Amino acid sequence: MSSSEIWIAFYTILRREIRRFMRIWPQTLLPPAITMTLYFAIFGNLIGSRIGEMGGFSYMQFIVPGLIMMSVITNSYSNVASSFFSAKFQHSVQELLVSPTPNWVILLGYVLGGVARGLFVGAIVTVLSLFFTHMHLHNLLLTVLIVFLTSVMFSLGGFVNALYARSFDDVSIVPTFILTPLTYLGGVFYSISLLPELWQGVSMLNPVLYMVNAFRYGILGVSDIDVTWALFIIAAFIIALFYIGLSLLNRGRGIRS
Amino acid sequence: MAYAIEIKDLKKRYDNGFEALKGVDLTVEQGDFFALLGPNGAGKSTTIGILCSLVNKSAGSVRIFGVDIDQDFAKAKLHLGVVPQEFNFNVFETVFNVVVTQAGFYGIPLELAKERAEKYLKQLDLWDKKDTQSRMLSGGMKRRLMIARALIHEPKVLILDEPTAGVDIELRRSMWEFIKELNEQGTTIILTTHYLEEAEQLCRNIAIINSGEIVENTSVKALLKTLSSETFVLDLDHSLSNVELDGYEMNLVGDGSSIEVAVMKGQNLNDVFNYLNQLNVKVVSMRNKSNRLEELFVKLIKGSK
Repeated sequence: MSSSEIWIAFYTILRREIRRFMRIWPQTLLPPAITMTLYFAIFGNLIGSRIGEMGGFSYMQFIVPGLIMMSVITNSYSNVASSFFSAKFQHSVQELLVSPTPNWVILLGYVLGGVARGLFVGAIVTVLSLFFTHMHLHNLLLTVLIVFLTSVMFSLGGFVNALYARSFDDVSIVPTFILTPLTYLGGVFYSISLLPELWQGVSMLNPVLYMVNAFRYGILGVSDIDVTWALFIIAAFIIALFYIGLSLLNRGRGIRS
Repeated sequence: MAYAIEIKDLKKRYDNGFEALKGVDLTVEQGDFFALLGPNGAGKSTTIGILCSLVNKSAGSVRIFGVDIDQDFAKAKLHLGVVPQEFNFNVFETVFNVVVTQAGFYGIPLELAKERAEKYLKQLDLWDKKDTQSRMLSGGMKRRLMIARALIHEPKVLILDEPTAGVDIELRRSMWEFIKELNEQGTTIILTTHYLEEAEQLCRNIAIINSGEIVENTSVKALLKTLSSETFVLDLDHSLSNVELDGYEMNLVGDGSSIEVAVMKGQNLNDVFNYLNQLNVKVVSMRNKSNRLEELFVKLIKGSK
């Protein structure tokens, strides 16, 4: 395929992915908006007013970056995982497999589709947060870079999950039993400086901690970790997951006999 | 001139150890109307799956219009359109989007894709359903949608895997008219079907596969010539109690108003008509007991076991 044909194939996948999550917005866009509004109202307003300051900011201001990041992570991941698994389940993935579209374009198309939903939901949550607190922005470029790369990383994770999944249960296991605990324990609601030294060390093994803190640094200018490390870790995960995803796709794991 | 499809020593062993293809050699000429027949589990779908990259081959080579799939599968795929047995489109997409999206996967610009979608959806009587979600279509419409989708990049070879399974007679006929026209315009057609009379009427060449091996690969005409006997059913104007003609295997059917006659090579039906004439019996109608290709098919499959 020529470069223009490859671009058309990529754009077709991306457009279809965006059309999918927009078509089913009550399942994809509305739930995170409601959930995050409840988080802002209960944790931020009601409980947060009694907690006081954290990292030099009101508790509401402190949790906003974490909650935005949480919604970006879960939506990027679940968009690709459920979309690609559904395509496998109803065999419509064969439409792509019989076409000359290169595997790396298929991977990129689905991943960018996940990024589109992750960032769209992130934008909705950001707008909602403005009803509860004013937005502070320390470093726009870093904020955008971190949220984009994190979304790419978890979209890739969702793709690998979908390739391995044999049932809808397999698609929900990782978000429920791995992603949610890692996110909740990844400094969304607290600074790890509040934890005993042992648990601070354990928390440092959680990759989500780096992303949440780097994003918080971009917005508020405070972080529990070194932002350079965060960028390094995200980049390493992206490279590894892209390699794994593409290798599995080339081998036809879960999609070719 | 390169073959449309050239398969050499194609083997497939699945992870569970099942050997689906044991060294298949097959050629399909450009412009042919070709039937690939075989019982369930014979290896037809595996062969087609390898051609369109849904199944990884274990060994052997495949060329599509001279392009080796191991060298440049993307280029080979451009020549191929596939209508699978199972519905495999996104059921939540509209009919129009299913076809236009498929065009995008082949790198066809959106405007051209829309033009072609309109052309093929109109030809297949689906244009008035273009904005309908594909899950709302009837079985026959879904089948036609898959044909429109397979044609959107205007392939040189169209593979149809059991395209008329579960399709009513009228629709089946109109589908075959459409496919015949495509073939007349130069598209090579490869067909698998369980309706052997379709293969006999439509196809010029044929391959029969059984247990992962090709047991026959010839023209339909040549194959039918090998038929050693043919059984006819003759409906008579009145019942008989007994029939007997030297050299012919003849049986009364039902109440005796029909007879079955096996006519071997070298024999002819005139002897039978003369015999019935002597009995003062008129033949009202006559038909083959079973499809001729079906008889050969059963023989070949039994013989290869």
